[in-house]
Amino acid sequence: MSPQNHQHAPLRLADEADAAAARDEAESGQHRFDEIIADDSRIEPRDWMPESYRKSLVRQVSQHAHSEIIGMQPEGNWISRAPSLKRKAILMAKVQDEAGHGLYLYSAAETLGTPREDMYDQLYSGKAKYSSIFNYPARTWADVGAIGWLVDGAAIVNQVPLCRASYGPYGRAMVRICKEESFHQRQGWEILYSLSHGTQEQREMAQAAVDRFYGPALQMFGPPDGDSPNSQQSMAWNIKRFTNDELRQRFVDMIVPQVEALGLTLPDPELKWNEERGHYDFAELDWDEFFAVIKGNGPLSRQRLEHYRSARDEGAWVREAAVAYANRVSQEQDRDQAALIGA
Amino acid sequence: MSSSADSSSWPLWEVFIRGSRGLSHVHAGSLHAPDATMAIRNARDLYTRRNEGTSVWVVPAEAIMASDPDSKGGYFESAQGKSYRHATYYTQSEGVKHL
Ligand SMILES: [Fe+2]
Ligand SMILES: [Fe+2]
Repeated sequence: MSPQNHQHAPLRLADEADAAAARDEAESGQHRFDEIIADDSRIEPRDWMPESYRKSLVRQVSQHAHSEIIGMQPEGNWISRAPSLKRKAILMAKVQDEAGHGLYLYSAAETLGTPREDMYDQLYSGKAKYSSIFNYPARTWADVGAIGWLVDGAAIVNQVPLCRASYGPYGRAMVRICKEESFHQRQGWEILYSLSHGTQEQREMAQAAVDRFYGPALQMFGPPDGDSPNSQQSMAWNIKRFTNDELRQRFVDMIVPQVEALGLTLPDPELKWNEERGHYDFAELDWDEFFAVIKGNGPLSRQRLEHYRSARDEGAWVREAAVAYANRVSQEQDRDQAALIGA
Repeated sequence: MSSSADSSSWPLWEVFIRGSRGLSHVHAGSLHAPDATMAIRNARDLYTRRNEGTSVWVVPAEAIMASDPDSKGGYFESAQGKSYRHATYYTQSEGVKHL
Protein backbone atom coordinates (compact mmCIF):
# COMPACT_ATOMS: atom_id res chain seq x y z
CA MET A 1 0.00 0.00 0.00
CA SER A 2 1.26 3.41 -0.90
CA PRO A 3 1.32 6.13 1.74
CA GLN A 4 -1.44 7.90 -0.16
CA ASN A 5 -3.77 4.96 0.31
CA HIS A 6 -3.08 5.02 4.02
CA GLN A 7 -4.33 8.53 4.09
CA HIS A 8 -7.43 7.65 2.16
CA ALA A 9 -8.79 5.03 4.51
CA PRO A 10 -9.50 7.26 7.55
CA LEU A 11 -10.84 9.92 5.22
CA ARG A 12 -13.42 7.54 3.87
CA LEU A 13 -14.48 6.70 7.43
CA ALA A 14 -14.90 10.40 8.14
CA ASP A 15 -16.98 10.73 4.97
CA GLU A 16 -19.22 7.92 6.12
CA ALA A 17 -19.60 9.50 9.54
CA ASP A 18 -20.52 12.78 7.86
CA ALA A 19 -23.02 11.02 5.64
CA ALA A 20 -24.60 9.30 8.63
CA ALA A 21 -24.81 12.63 10.48
CA ALA A 22 -26.43 14.21 7.42
CA ARG A 23 -28.96 11.35 7.29
CA ASP A 24 -29.79 11.84 10.97
CA GLU A 25 -30.20 15.56 10.44
CA ALA A 26 -32.45 15.01 7.42
CA GLU A 27 -34.55 12.58 9.39
CA SER A 28 -35.05 14.82 12.42
CA GLY A 29 -35.40 17.81 10.09
CA GLN A 30 -38.14 16.11 8.09
CA HIS A 31 -39.91 15.18 11.32
CA ARG A 32 -39.79 18.77 12.61
CA PHE A 33 -40.87 20.07 9.19
CA ASP A 34 -43.87 17.72 9.08
CA GLU A 35 -44.88 18.86 12.58
CA ILE A 36 -44.72 22.53 11.63
CA ILE A 37 -46.80 21.95 8.49
CA ALA A 38 -49.33 19.82 10.42
CA ASP A 39 -49.68 22.63 13.00
CA ASP A 40 -50.27 25.06 10.12
CA SER A 41 -47.30 27.03 11.45
CA ARG A 42 -44.55 28.71 9.43
CA ILE A 43 -41.26 27.50 8.02
CA GLU A 44 -38.52 30.14 8.26
CA PRO A 45 -35.42 30.52 6.06
CA ARG A 46 -32.90 28.78 8.32
CA ASP A 47 -35.16 25.81 9.10
CA TRP A 48 -34.46 22.44 7.57
CA MET A 49 -36.83 21.83 4.65
CA PRO A 50 -37.14 19.12 1.99
CA GLU A 51 -35.28 19.97 -1.21
CA SER A 52 -38.50 19.53 -3.22
CA TYR A 53 -40.30 22.08 -1.00
CA ARG A 54 -37.46 24.56 -1.49
CA LYS A 55 -37.47 24.03 -5.25
CA SER A 56 -41.25 24.34 -5.62
CA LEU A 57 -41.22 27.53 -3.59
CA VAL A 58 -38.39 29.11 -5.54
CA ARG A 59 -40.30 28.34 -8.72
CA GLN A 60 -43.63 29.63 -7.39
CA VAL A 61 -42.29 32.78 -5.74
CA SER A 62 -39.92 33.75 -8.56
CA GLN A 63 -42.61 33.18 -11.20
CA HIS A 64 -44.85 35.39 -9.14
CA ALA A 65 -42.11 38.03 -8.94
CA HIS A 66 -41.51 37.88 -12.71
CA SER A 67 -45.27 38.34 -13.27
CA GLU A 68 -45.27 41.54 -11.22
CA ILE A 69 -42.28 42.87 -13.17
CA ILE A 70 -43.59 42.00 -16.65
CA GLY A 71 -47.04 43.07 -15.44
CA MET A 72 -45.87 46.68 -15.40
CA GLN A 73 -45.68 46.76 -19.19
CA PRO A 74 -49.32 46.71 -20.40
CA GLU A 75 -50.24 49.62 -18.14
CA GLY A 76 -46.86 51.32 -18.29
CA ASN A 77 -47.56 51.91 -21.98
CA TRP A 78 -50.51 54.10 -21.01
CA ILE A 79 -48.81 56.37 -18.48
CA SER A 80 -47.92 58.97 -21.10
CA ARG A 81 -51.40 58.75 -22.64
CA ALA A 82 -53.57 58.78 -19.51
CA PRO A 83 -56.58 61.06 -20.10
CA SER A 84 -55.90 63.42 -17.17
CA LEU A 85 -53.15 64.38 -14.77
CA LYS A 86 -55.02 62.66 -11.94
CA ARG A 87 -55.36 59.40 -13.88
CA LYS A 88 -51.70 59.63 -14.78
CA ALA A 89 -50.61 60.05 -11.17
CA ILE A 90 -52.82 57.11 -10.15
CA LEU A 91 -51.46 54.89 -12.90
CA MET A 92 -47.86 55.75 -12.04
CA ALA A 93 -48.54 54.87 -8.40
CA LYS A 94 -50.04 51.56 -9.42
CA VAL A 95 -47.22 50.61 -11.77
CA GLN A 96 -44.70 51.60 -9.10
CA ASP A 97 -46.53 49.32 -6.66
CA GLU A 98 -46.13 46.43 -9.10
CA ALA A 99 -42.38 47.03 -9.22
CA GLY A 100 -42.46 46.95 -5.43
CA HIS A 101 -44.39 43.68 -5.43
CA GLY A 102 -41.77 42.15 -7.69
CA LEU A 103 -39.02 43.25 -5.31
CA TYR A 104 -40.81 41.98 -2.17
CA LEU A 105 -41.14 38.61 -3.86
CA TYR A 106 -37.56 38.43 -5.16
CA SER A 107 -36.49 39.28 -1.64
CA ALA A 108 -38.59 36.38 -0.26
CA ALA A 109 -37.33 33.95 -2.92
CA GLU A 110 -33.76 34.94 -2.21
CA THR A 111 -34.08 33.72 1.40
CA LEU A 112 -34.38 30.21 -0.08
CA GLY A 113 -30.80 30.42 -1.29
CA THR A 114 -31.29 31.35 -4.94
CA PRO A 115 -29.31 34.51 -5.79
CA ARG A 116 -31.38 37.30 -7.22
CA GLU A 117 -29.05 37.51 -10.21
CA ASP A 118 -30.01 33.94 -11.16
CA MET A 119 -33.70 34.82 -11.11
CA TYR A 120 -33.11 37.95 -13.21
CA ASP A 121 -31.08 35.90 -15.66
CA GLN A 122 -33.81 33.27 -15.95
CA LEU A 123 -36.32 35.95 -16.89
CA TYR A 124 -33.83 37.62 -19.22
CA SER A 125 -33.01 34.39 -21.05
CA GLY A 126 -36.69 33.53 -21.48
CA LYS A 127 -36.34 30.37 -19.36
CA ALA A 128 -38.60 31.63 -16.59
CA LYS A 129 -42.39 31.63 -16.79
CA TYR A 130 -44.68 34.43 -15.75
CA SER A 131 -48.45 34.86 -15.77
CA SER A 132 -49.61 34.65 -19.39
CA ILE A 133 -52.21 37.39 -18.88
CA PHE A 134 -49.46 39.97 -19.37
CA ASN A 135 -48.86 38.78 -22.91
CA TYR A 136 -52.14 40.40 -23.93
CA PRO A 137 -52.06 44.00 -25.15
CA ALA A 138 -53.80 46.97 -23.51
CA ARG A 139 -55.39 48.39 -26.66
CA THR A 140 -57.51 51.18 -25.24
CA TRP A 141 -57.74 53.27 -22.09
CA ALA A 142 -60.69 51.06 -21.11
CA ASP A 143 -58.33 48.09 -21.14
CA VAL A 144 -56.37 49.80 -18.37
CA GLY A 145 -59.64 49.83 -16.39
CA ALA A 146 -60.38 46.19 -17.20
CA ILE A 147 -56.86 45.17 -16.19
CA GLY A 148 -57.19 46.89 -12.81
CA TRP A 149 -60.64 45.50 -12.14
CA LEU A 150 -60.32 41.96 -13.56
CA VAL A 151 -56.60 41.16 -13.61
CA ASP A 152 -55.76 42.71 -10.25
CA GLY A 153 -59.10 41.41 -8.98
CA ALA A 154 -58.19 37.84 -9.92
CA ALA A 155 -54.73 38.36 -8.45
CA ILE A 156 -56.31 39.37 -5.14
CA VAL A 157 -58.47 36.23 -5.02
CA ASN A 158 -55.34 34.20 -5.71
CA GLN A 159 -53.18 36.06 -3.24
CA VAL A 160 -55.31 36.53 -0.16
CA PRO A 161 -55.07 32.83 0.81
CA LEU A 162 -51.32 32.97 0.21
CA CYS A 163 -50.94 35.42 3.08
CA ARG A 164 -51.15 32.20 5.15
CA ALA A 165 -48.60 30.33 3.03
CA SER A 166 -46.40 28.03 5.10
CA TYR A 167 -43.18 29.79 4.11
CA GLY A 168 -42.85 32.81 6.40
CA PRO A 169 -41.13 35.31 4.07
CA TYR A 170 -43.57 34.49 1.25
CA GLY A 171 -46.62 34.94 3.48
CA ARG A 172 -45.29 38.25 4.81
CA ALA A 173 -44.63 39.53 1.28
CA MET A 174 -48.17 38.56 0.33
CA VAL A 175 -49.66 40.48 3.27
CA ARG A 176 -47.90 43.62 2.10
CA ILE A 177 -48.97 43.03 -1.50
CA CYS A 178 -52.62 42.35 -0.67
CA LYS A 179 -52.86 45.61 1.26
CA GLU A 180 -51.82 47.48 -1.88
CA GLU A 181 -53.83 45.49 -4.43
CA SER A 182 -57.25 46.67 -3.32
CA PHE A 183 -56.43 50.18 -4.52
CA HIS A 184 -55.45 48.69 -7.88
CA GLN A 185 -58.74 46.90 -8.30
CA ARG A 186 -60.85 49.87 -7.26
CA GLN A 187 -59.10 52.38 -9.51
CA GLY A 188 -59.64 50.01 -12.45
CA TRP A 189 -63.30 49.60 -11.63
CA GLU A 190 -63.67 53.38 -11.43
CA ILE A 191 -62.09 53.88 -14.85
CA LEU A 192 -64.71 51.51 -16.27
CA TYR A 193 -67.46 53.19 -14.26
CA SER A 194 -66.59 56.62 -15.70
CA LEU A 195 -66.59 55.18 -19.21
CA SER A 196 -69.77 53.16 -18.81
CA HIS A 197 -71.50 56.34 -17.62
CA GLY A 198 -70.06 58.45 -20.41
CA THR A 199 -70.89 58.74 -24.10
CA GLN A 200 -72.16 55.82 -26.17
CA GLU A 201 -68.70 55.43 -27.64
CA GLN A 202 -67.05 55.32 -24.20
CA ARG A 203 -69.61 52.79 -23.04
CA GLU A 204 -68.86 50.54 -25.97
CA MET A 205 -65.16 50.89 -25.34
CA ALA A 206 -65.67 49.78 -21.73
CA GLN A 207 -67.78 46.80 -22.78
CA ALA A 208 -65.23 45.73 -25.40
CA ALA A 209 -62.46 45.84 -22.80
CA VAL A 210 -64.46 43.67 -20.40
CA ASP A 211 -65.20 41.26 -23.26
CA ARG A 212 -61.49 40.99 -24.05
CA PHE A 213 -60.22 40.49 -20.52
CA TYR A 214 -62.92 38.29 -18.98
CA GLY A 215 -61.66 34.95 -20.35
CA PRO A 216 -57.94 35.55 -19.88
CA ALA A 217 -58.60 36.85 -16.33
CA LEU A 218 -60.47 33.64 -15.42
CA GLN A 219 -57.55 31.66 -16.80
CA MET A 220 -55.18 33.37 -14.38
CA PHE A 221 -56.21 30.73 -11.82
CA GLY A 222 -54.51 28.09 -13.93
CA PRO A 223 -55.80 25.02 -15.75
CA PRO A 224 -58.80 23.04 -14.47
CA ASP A 225 -58.03 20.97 -11.35
CA GLY A 226 -57.83 17.75 -13.40
CA ASP A 227 -54.97 19.20 -15.46
CA SER A 228 -53.03 20.70 -12.59
CA PRO A 229 -50.63 17.94 -11.49
CA ASN A 230 -48.61 19.88 -8.90
CA SER A 231 -51.60 21.26 -6.99
CA GLN A 232 -51.98 18.30 -4.61
CA GLN A 233 -48.43 18.52 -3.28
CA SER A 234 -48.59 22.32 -3.02
CA MET A 235 -51.80 22.07 -1.01
CA ALA A 236 -50.25 19.46 1.30
CA TRP A 237 -47.38 21.89 1.92
CA ASN A 238 -49.73 24.82 2.52
CA ILE A 239 -48.17 26.87 -0.25
CA LYS A 240 -51.48 26.68 -2.07
CA ARG A 241 -54.68 26.87 -0.06
CA PHE A 242 -57.50 26.33 -2.56
CA THR A 243 -57.69 24.58 -5.92
CA ASN A 244 -57.65 26.49 -9.21
CA ASP A 245 -61.34 25.80 -9.82
CA GLU A 246 -62.37 26.83 -6.30
CA LEU A 247 -60.62 30.17 -6.69
CA ARG A 248 -62.02 30.69 -10.18
CA GLN A 249 -65.55 30.07 -8.90
CA ARG A 250 -65.01 32.49 -6.04
CA PHE A 251 -63.87 35.13 -8.52
CA VAL A 252 -66.85 34.66 -10.86
CA ASP A 253 -69.26 34.92 -7.92
CA MET A 254 -67.52 38.14 -6.93
CA ILE A 255 -67.49 39.93 -10.28
CA VAL A 256 -71.08 39.29 -11.37
CA PRO A 257 -72.59 41.88 -8.99
CA GLN A 258 -69.64 44.18 -9.77
CA VAL A 259 -70.29 44.12 -13.51
CA GLU A 260 -73.95 44.80 -12.82
CA ALA A 261 -72.97 47.86 -10.80
CA LEU A 262 -70.99 49.02 -13.84
CA GLY A 263 -74.03 48.60 -16.05
CA LEU A 264 -72.03 46.27 -18.30
CA THR A 265 -72.20 42.53 -19.01
CA LEU A 266 -69.83 39.58 -18.98
CA PRO A 267 -69.31 37.86 -22.35
CA ASP A 268 -70.70 34.47 -21.36
CA PRO A 269 -74.23 33.47 -22.46
CA GLU A 270 -74.11 30.44 -20.14
CA LEU A 271 -73.46 32.55 -17.05
CA LYS A 272 -76.35 31.80 -14.69
CA TRP A 273 -77.04 31.62 -10.96
CA ASN A 274 -77.31 28.01 -9.81
CA GLU A 275 -79.61 27.90 -6.81
CA GLU A 276 -78.64 24.36 -5.92
CA ARG A 277 -74.89 24.98 -5.88
CA GLY A 278 -75.18 28.49 -4.51
CA HIS A 279 -72.76 29.63 -7.22
CA TYR A 280 -72.80 31.01 -10.74
CA ASP A 281 -72.41 28.48 -13.54
CA PHE A 282 -70.18 29.63 -16.35
CA ALA A 283 -69.00 28.29 -19.70
CA GLU A 284 -65.85 26.27 -20.29
CA LEU A 285 -62.92 28.53 -21.16
CA ASP A 286 -60.75 28.34 -24.26
CA TRP A 287 -57.95 26.17 -22.87
CA ASP A 288 -56.29 25.68 -26.26
CA GLU A 289 -55.67 29.38 -26.34
CA PHE A 290 -54.42 29.29 -22.74
CA PHE A 291 -51.83 26.59 -23.41
CA ALA A 292 -50.76 28.30 -26.64
CA VAL A 293 -50.12 31.53 -24.74
CA ILE A 294 -48.24 29.66 -22.00
CA LYS A 295 -45.99 28.11 -24.65
CA GLY A 296 -44.96 31.60 -25.72
CA ASN A 297 -47.46 32.20 -28.51
CA GLY A 298 -49.34 34.99 -26.77
CA PRO A 299 -50.08 38.13 -28.77
CA LEU A 300 -47.17 40.01 -27.18
CA SER A 301 -44.99 37.27 -25.63
CA ARG A 302 -41.97 38.20 -27.71
CA GLN A 303 -42.41 41.92 -27.28
CA ARG A 304 -42.72 41.72 -23.48
CA LEU A 305 -39.47 39.83 -23.20
CA GLU A 306 -37.66 42.10 -25.64
CA HIS A 307 -38.80 45.14 -23.71
CA TYR A 308 -37.58 43.63 -20.44
CA ARG A 309 -34.20 42.87 -22.00
CA SER A 310 -33.72 46.31 -23.47
CA ALA A 311 -34.72 48.00 -20.18
CA ARG A 312 -32.17 45.86 -18.42
CA ASP A 313 -29.43 46.42 -20.97
CA GLU A 314 -30.03 50.14 -21.25
CA GLY A 315 -29.99 50.52 -17.46
CA ALA A 316 -26.73 48.62 -17.03
CA TRP A 317 -24.56 51.74 -17.09
CA VAL A 318 -26.54 53.21 -14.18
CA ARG A 319 -25.94 50.12 -12.07
CA GLU A 320 -22.27 50.09 -13.02
CA ALA A 321 -21.87 53.77 -12.20
CA ALA A 322 -23.47 53.24 -8.79
CA VAL A 323 -20.99 50.45 -8.03
CA ALA A 324 -18.05 52.54 -9.22
CA TYR A 325 -19.16 55.44 -7.02
CA ALA A 326 -19.66 53.21 -3.97
CA ASN A 327 -16.19 51.70 -4.48
CA ARG A 328 -14.56 55.09 -4.81
CA VAL A 329 -16.20 56.43 -1.66
CA SER A 330 -15.22 53.39 0.37
CA GLN A 331 -11.63 53.60 -0.91
CA GLU A 332 -11.48 57.25 0.10
CA GLN A 333 -12.81 56.36 3.51
CA ASP A 334 -10.20 53.63 3.88
CA ARG A 335 -7.47 56.11 2.91
CA ASP A 336 -8.68 58.71 5.38
CA GLN A 337 -8.81 56.04 8.06
CA ALA A 338 -5.26 54.93 7.24
CA ALA A 339 -4.06 58.54 7.32
CA LEU A 340 -5.65 59.03 10.72
CA ILE A 341 -4.01 55.91 12.12
CA GLY A 342 -0.71 56.94 10.54
CA ALA A 343 -0.88 60.32 12.27
CA MET B 1 -26.70 38.13 -21.09
CA SER B 2 -26.78 40.64 -18.30
CA SER B 3 -23.43 42.08 -17.26
CA SER B 4 -21.43 41.35 -14.14
CA ALA B 5 -22.12 44.75 -12.61
CA ASP B 6 -25.80 43.88 -12.30
CA SER B 7 -27.65 45.24 -9.31
CA SER B 8 -27.59 41.76 -7.83
CA SER B 9 -23.87 42.07 -7.31
CA TRP B 10 -24.79 44.97 -5.05
CA PRO B 11 -24.74 43.76 -1.44
CA LEU B 12 -27.92 42.69 0.35
CA TRP B 13 -29.33 44.98 3.04
CA GLU B 14 -31.96 44.14 5.63
CA VAL B 15 -34.49 46.92 6.15
CA PHE B 16 -36.08 47.94 9.45
CA ILE B 17 -38.88 50.50 9.67
CA ARG B 18 -40.19 52.51 12.62
CA GLY B 19 -43.92 52.63 11.98
CA SER B 20 -44.52 55.73 14.08
CA ARG B 21 -42.99 57.61 16.96
CA GLY B 22 -42.86 55.50 20.12
CA LEU B 23 -42.53 52.17 18.29
CA SER B 24 -39.45 50.04 17.69
CA HIS B 25 -37.98 49.50 14.25
CA VAL B 26 -39.39 46.28 12.80
CA HIS B 27 -37.92 44.14 10.04
CA ALA B 28 -39.69 44.92 6.74
CA GLY B 29 -37.68 42.96 4.17
CA SER B 30 -34.47 43.26 2.24
CA LEU B 31 -33.07 44.88 -0.87
CA HIS B 32 -29.88 45.25 -2.88
CA ALA B 33 -28.02 48.54 -3.08
CA PRO B 34 -24.43 49.60 -3.83
CA ASP B 35 -24.02 51.56 -0.58
CA ALA B 36 -25.83 52.60 2.60
CA THR B 37 -27.11 55.91 1.21
CA MET B 38 -28.74 54.22 -1.77
CA ALA B 39 -30.02 51.41 0.44
CA ILE B 40 -31.86 53.93 2.62
CA ARG B 41 -33.32 55.71 -0.40
CA ASN B 42 -34.42 52.47 -2.00
CA ALA B 43 -35.89 51.31 1.30
CA ARG B 44 -37.96 54.48 1.50
CA ASP B 45 -39.32 53.94 -2.02
CA LEU B 46 -39.85 50.23 -1.54
CA TYR B 47 -41.23 49.96 1.98
CA THR B 48 -42.80 53.33 2.84
CA ARG B 49 -44.97 54.34 -0.13
CA ARG B 50 -47.99 54.80 2.15
CA ASN B 51 -46.70 56.48 5.29
CA GLU B 52 -45.61 53.17 6.76
CA GLY B 53 -42.58 54.71 8.41
CA THR B 54 -41.01 57.65 10.19
CA SER B 55 -37.50 56.20 10.23
CA VAL B 56 -35.53 53.59 8.30
CA TRP B 57 -32.56 51.45 9.31
CA VAL B 58 -30.56 49.43 6.81
CA VAL B 59 -28.09 46.79 7.96
CA PRO B 60 -25.71 44.80 5.73
CA ALA B 61 -27.27 41.33 5.75
CA GLU B 62 -23.88 39.74 6.33
CA ALA B 63 -23.48 41.71 9.57
CA ILE B 64 -26.43 39.96 11.21
CA MET B 65 -25.63 37.07 13.54
CA ALA B 66 -28.43 34.63 14.26
CA SER B 67 -29.14 31.86 16.74
CA ASP B 68 -29.29 28.34 15.37
CA PRO B 69 -32.63 27.42 13.82
CA ASP B 70 -34.89 25.48 16.15
CA SER B 71 -34.40 22.07 14.52
CA LYS B 72 -32.36 20.87 17.48
CA GLY B 73 -34.80 22.34 19.99
CA GLY B 74 -32.68 23.03 23.09
CA TYR B 75 -31.75 26.68 22.83
CA PHE B 76 -35.02 28.22 23.95
CA GLU B 77 -36.28 25.30 26.00
CA SER B 78 -35.18 26.66 29.36
CA ALA B 79 -38.10 29.07 29.35
CA GLN B 80 -40.55 26.21 29.08
CA GLY B 81 -41.85 24.77 32.33
CA LYS B 82 -41.21 28.09 34.02
CA SER B 83 -44.74 29.34 33.99
CA TYR B 84 -44.07 30.92 37.42
CA ARG B 85 -42.42 33.72 35.48
CA HIS B 86 -45.86 34.79 34.31
CA ALA B 87 -48.44 36.61 36.45
CA THR B 88 -51.11 34.12 35.35
CA TYR B 89 -49.34 31.39 37.38
CA TYR B 90 -50.53 33.01 40.64
CA THR B 91 -54.24 32.36 41.22
CA GLN B 92 -54.84 32.79 44.97
CA SER B 93 -55.38 36.50 44.47
CA GLU B 94 -58.34 36.01 42.18
CA GLY B 95 -61.07 38.51 43.03
CA VAL B 96 -58.69 40.75 44.97
CA LYS B 97 -58.60 44.12 43.26
CA HIS B 98 -55.59 45.85 41.72
CA LEU B 99 -53.41 42.75 42.15
FE1 LIG C 1 -49.10 43.32 -7.88
FE1 LIG D 1 -51.73 45.13 -8.75
